[in-house]
Amino acid sequence: MKAILALSDGTVFEGQQFGATGETVGEVVFNTSMTGYQEVLTDPSYKGQIVTMTYPLIGNYGCNETDIESIGPQVEGFVVREYSAYHSNWRSKWSLDTYLTENGIIGIQNIDTRALTRRLRVQGVMNGCLATEDTDGNIDVASLVAKAQSWHGLVGWDLVQRVTCPNTYAWNQHPSSSIDGYKDSTPSENGKYRVVAMDFGIKYNILRQLTEHGCEVQVVPAKTTAEEILAAEPDGVFLSNGPGDPEPLDYAINTVQELLGRKPIFGICLGHQLMGLALGGKTYKLKFGHRGANQPVKHLATDQVEITSQNHGFCVDIDSMPNTVDITHINLNDNTLEGIHHREYPAFSVQYHPEASPGPHDARYLFSQFTKMMGE
Amino acid sequence: MPKRTDIEKILIIGSGAIIIGQACEFDYSGTQACKALKEEGYQIVLVNSNPATIMTDPDFADRTYIEPITADTVELVIDKERPHALLPTLGGQTALNVSVALAESGVLEKYNVELIGAKLPAIQKAEDRALFKQAMQDIGLDVPKSGIAHTLQEAIALIDEIGFPTIIRPAFTLGGTGGGIAYNIEEYQKMVSTGLSLSPINELLIEESVIGWKEFELEVMRDGADNVVIICSIENVDPMGVHTGDSITVAPIQTLTDKEYQVMRDSAIKIIREIGVDTGGSNIQFAVDPKTGKQVVIEMNPRVSRSSALASKATGFPIAKIAAKLAVGYNLDEIPNDITAETPACFEPTIDYVVVKIPRWAFEKFQGTDETLTTQMKSVGEAMSIGGTFKEALQKGLRSLETGWSGYDNHPLEEIPLSELSSKLTIPNVERIFYIKSALKRGMSIDDIYSYTHIDPFFLYNMQEIVDFEKSLNITQTRPLLENGNPADTEFVSLMRQAKQLGFSDRQLSDLYDVSETKVRETRKDLGIETTYKTVDTCAAEFEAETPYYYSTCSSEDEVRPTDKEKIMILGGGPNRIGQGIEFDYCCVHAAMALKTDGYETIMVNSNPETVSTDYDTSDRLYFEPLTCEDVLNIYEKEKPIGVIVQFGGQTPLNLAMALKEAGVPIIGTSPEDIARSENRQLFKEVLDEIGLMQPPNSTATSSEEAIPIASSLGYPVIVRPSFVLGGRAMQIVYDEQPLQEYMNTAVKASPEHPVLIDKYLEEAIEVDVDVISDGHLTVIGGIMEHIEEAGVHSGDSDCVLPPYTLVDDQIEQLKEYTYALAEALNVRGLMNVQYAIKNEEIYVLEVNPRASRTVPFVSKAIGVPLAKLAARVMAGKTLDSLGFTTEIEPPYFSVKAPVFPFNRFPGANSRLGPEMKSTGEVMGIDTDVSRAFAKAQKACGYSLPLKGNAFISVRNKDKRSVIFIAKKLTDMGFELIATHGTAKVLLRNGMDVQLVYSIGKGRPTIHDYIKNHAVDLIVNTPTGDIHRTNELLIRQMAIEHDIPIFSTIPGAAAAVNAIDALQRGEISVTPLQDYHK
Repeated sequence: MKAILALSDGTVFEGQQFGATGETVGEVVFNTSMTGYQEVLTDPSYKGQIVTMTYPLIGNYGCNETDIESIGPQVEGFVVREYSAYHSNWRSKWSLDTYLTENGIIGIQNIDTRALTRRLRVQGVMNGCLATEDTDGNIDVASLVAKAQSWHGLVGWDLVQRVTCPNTYAWNQHPSSSIDGYKDSTPSENGKYRVVAMDFGIKYNILRQLTEHGCEVQVVPAKTTAEEILAAEPDGVFLSNGPGDPEPLDYAINTVQELLGRKPIFGICLGHQLMGLALGGKTYKLKFGHRGANQPVKHLATDQVEITSQNHGFCVDIDSMPNTVDITHINLNDNTLEGIHHREYPAFSVQYHPEASPGPHDARYLFSQFTKMMGE
Repeated sequence: MPKRTDIEKILIIGSGAIIIGQACEFDYSGTQACKALKEEGYQIVLVNSNPATIMTDPDFADRTYIEPITADTVELVIDKERPHALLPTLGGQTALNVSVALAESGVLEKYNVELIGAKLPAIQKAEDRALFKQAMQDIGLDVPKSGIAHTLQEAIALIDEIGFPTIIRPAFTLGGTGGGIAYNIEEYQKMVSTGLSLSPINELLIEESVIGWKEFELEVMRDGADNVVIICSIENVDPMGVHTGDSITVAPIQTLTDKEYQVMRDSAIKIIREIGVDTGGSNIQFAVDPKTGKQVVIEMNPRVSRSSALASKATGFPIAKIAAKLAVGYNLDEIPNDITAETPACFEPTIDYVVVKIPRWAFEKFQGTDETLTTQMKSVGEAMSIGGTFKEALQKGLRSLETGWSGYDNHPLEEIPLSELSSKLTIPNVERIFYIKSALKRGMSIDDIYSYTHIDPFFLYNMQEIVDFEKSLNITQTRPLLENGNPADTEFVSLMRQAKQLGFSDRQLSDLYDVSETKVRETRKDLGIETTYKTVDTCAAEFEAETPYYYSTCSSEDEVRPTDKEKIMILGGGPNRIGQGIEFDYCCVHAAMALKTDGYETIMVNSNPETVSTDYDTSDRLYFEPLTCEDVLNIYEKEKPIGVIVQFGGQTPLNLAMALKEAGVPIIGTSPEDIARSENRQLFKEVLDEIGLMQPPNSTATSSEEAIPIASSLGYPVIVRPSFVLGGRAMQIVYDEQPLQEYMNTAVKASPEHPVLIDKYLEEAIEVDVDVISDGHLTVIGGIMEHIEEAGVHSGDSDCVLPPYTLVDDQIEQLKEYTYALAEALNVRGLMNVQYAIKNEEIYVLEVNPRASRTVPFVSKAIGVPLAKLAARVMAGKTLDSLGFTTEIEPPYFSVKAPVFPFNRFPGANSRLGPEMKSTGEVMGIDTDVSRAFAKAQKACGYSLPLKGNAFISVRNKDKRSVIFIAKKLTDMGFELIATHGTAKVLLRNGMDVQLVYSIGKGRPTIHDYIKNHAVDLIVNTPTGDIHRTNELLIRQMAIEHDIPIFSTIPGAAAAVNAIDALQRGEISVTPLQDYHK
């Protein structure tokens, strides 16, 4: 079946449909990771986005029950050069096609994904509309372009409300399986630290990592107040990743401000941006973001470089950081801010994803840093 | 950390002659290292015996020693140069082994030379099986069950625990030489014995077989600050059990989830840290159980490897260059990524295409050997291809091999019985992938094919898709559409587009449709289906690429923006094969360098990932593409160069020359018509008649009926060969009618389209090679090389000496005159090589090749003039006069070129030398004394001439007279003589003491007993035509197995004896090329 991806600048890519059928709009972004499409699909930070994989063969190893980062796929649409109908892996349970179909996600294949990526790199990310042909075999291309153009986009939109948990829950799941390689990380004492994790769209692997590092985790909705959190008497508070623009999330920014200095805080990705805003900094939208598993980040304290997993379109302005914080990490590709540590308060955050999934495990030490902070 | 300032002079060791398992990739890595370190201001001392390398060009190092890569010679270099550091990790196993030897013997300590990159304990830990296994267990990683054996008894004790099938891996052997898989005790004992004798430390690793498991490799780099990055991941299509060098491989990994990949990545990082490779690149291999995902570590190379070269070309990340910079103190984040220019090298490349590497073998030259692919590498070269999908890359890769496939073609034997087919699937072999196609076409299921091959179903499915598409073409119905090409027929346009997206070549479609390739191309263009070019940029388009490194894929957007500069396109030599290898790449690289200096934009086209020519900074633009007419024309039409050079890449581009010219491509240099005149028997005869030169009497036959009377009128022996071949493919000396008949009917299947050339064989003639350059007005001899072996041994397999060591001035003058006349008659613009035979004072022309020859780099280094560079500039219009090369150089020293053979990889194959080339590489020995130069060359080949001991002599009757002098000299030098009956009698009569041995089957002891008792140090054994061949073959085979120097010609033996004499008289000294060229 024919499918079309229309961009707001009028560019149209024609390909074939896989997964679900229908029509969807979102911000079109690209991810350069060569593995981990199932983790990408299920990462709530992609809410509102149509994701293009730059690696051309997708679906090779199918999908399984464990390599998930949330309850199911979160992306608005999925764009690949070649979808592999055959899936080969001892853990594979479904084909990617089945997985997307069952979860109502539209996929398009057989388009020049590199041409699309280059367009996004040069012009910046833009909105797009992805649609499959109707029962009569028609697609109205002009209307798709118009829909892409008229879509409001991510800026100023509180997307977190679409992915945060409705109610507080305790995370009981232990590391998914021995295959993820976490079995040999620091032996931990179960439940030594009580952590409240603010869910802005949290990835399961963060929760798995916290558990693995000896934390007992309560996951709370994004609008939970500082008061409510403090009432749970946690040893530390975790600020999760999440989709979209951090600026409209004034409720969360307030909460972070109130918690600063009162509890050890660790933030990742959106959590880092909220921390930055709470400290008086500014955020801005990157031209095409950082999405992939090969971003070099320098840890300034050790001069070591970590290869990191990233997924963000917004960024904390490095020049807007007050002198109450130390810059701890920077991105070597474009020198953007990757990590901060408060000079007085036990609070730190990183823009990238130490929980990886998908991506390298180089930055796992940050979870130990958090538990150490809670132990002090 | 910035670069180190406490070291100034660095010794780099190369990898020597091209052998199986160690090819151009180490020239690529060594060249990068020399360039990178020189750029940093270090003085470079280089040792490499291989003259065909770019790295041994005198401008790449400050002091270039073309000397044997042995511990004692390198010690002489160290003594003379006093380097501060030795970089051991860029010259393959050869450099690593010599460095270890120098470290262990205390030489490095004595001269205060620091090992940089990898220290001795790290190398030992990675290379010694027991230490490696222990290290892996210490960091909690699994390795296959295994044990170490030093004796047969120890090996037998181990087998109970490990069980069959079991893998035997000898320690410290190249490409796993002597290793294998044993399925029963008998086979096991045999392999253990061979393995023990081949391992220099008599050590074997006996290992649990993980045959059929998935095989993966990671290319890892580490810097002095302990940053570790993975440059590239590789998945082998052929599962465990086939050496990775013999496997079709794919980058990146296709069938692991991120979870599994990250576990492997974590392991790789732990391994490089635990082994303790300080800085640089390493290659780590893993096996994964397809049923459970269990991962085990197979091995680690603590150095840059063949896979590193592949990984560099696959990603655009220059591993060797970066490794060199890390070795002198830089950290990864201090080095920029050349491709993007704006981001640092400290990252992990991500690719947005699929890379396929396919090996190329040469079994046709080693008939009689077992062609099963095992854990011991046997391929002689490889092609790499880049495509948008696996299917496209696979088909491009298959046509890049230049073995006649135009893609994923049908196997000519696809109708073989099912039982035979299943064994072709089960037992790994060169054409297995095509047998898979046969199986798919017959409807065999992917599951069944998997159960035979253990090739991951993902790959099988992709092959199935190609097969299914072929079926869906409905050829009878669509043929008229292809013939007419109506762009309005959107359905057919989309079908053809799909074919191109699946990687089908025009040639393949032309075969399927049975229409001409030109027609397919024409229609395709009418339909508006053009290929597009994309950039290899290390980052999947996340950043803008500064470096123009391209591949083709059928997609919607073309990224190439041709400049309006004057451009010259150079066609490379494709995958290495016997007869066409590094020498031609050397010439192509020189052309690119020279034309760049003249202000042209240079465009390189090649498909060989091991080479310097496919480095992104060798030319201005690099197209990593198959060298077929279609692919080259596409690039031509895109770039519109003012000239295309076809005479530097060996036979590959020459074969395309005519078709390209017909398509309007401006070929510069000698015209394709003149090239054809030299290759066409009849036309060439006319050329020679015109200028009055002689050829050995000859004729052409298209059947055995024609051949037999021709041969008897010429008189046996005759040399027979198919027309248009390289490396003497299928060329033979025939002594009689019956073998001639066999040859015509079976070996070459002669036909009117494929005539066979029959020449009178000039026995005992001196063969001479002449390399020459001409600009159309002036012709200057580059070098005259006198072969040591008589004519009849392929020039690539002969030792040769420059300048001639027995020819007199008159003969040399005559050779020059003849060569000038030939250059003029053939309108040569650029290089030409002529082979002559001199018999009874008469000079015969054997062959003329109006192109760069295999000897161009050797001659260039011998005379100190870069002939290929001059030739490229001449082709672009310069005169020799303006380039300042007008007179011949006769150096006041001797350069000897000696071939290196792969017979140790092909037990059972006929190892006798003849007109068909069998050597994989060559070395050079230079000295003011011709005998010392010969001795150096022998040593560089790995055959150190003995200074004392027992010499076994057995020669044919014809040689009995001339062997007397040789034998006498050997006894004078203190050798004991051993001889068979006939030879012994002659020697006794001439007053020499001889121990008599029996010919095989005539009594004991035979020479075999002596060899087995290590009581033979030198063998002189000349072949007796076709009689007694088995006996001689056995002797040769044993000599190869026991590393005993063997000489099968009288001139070769004489040269060896003189060389021994020279060695006895005094020590070998070492001198850099720069001093010779002064």
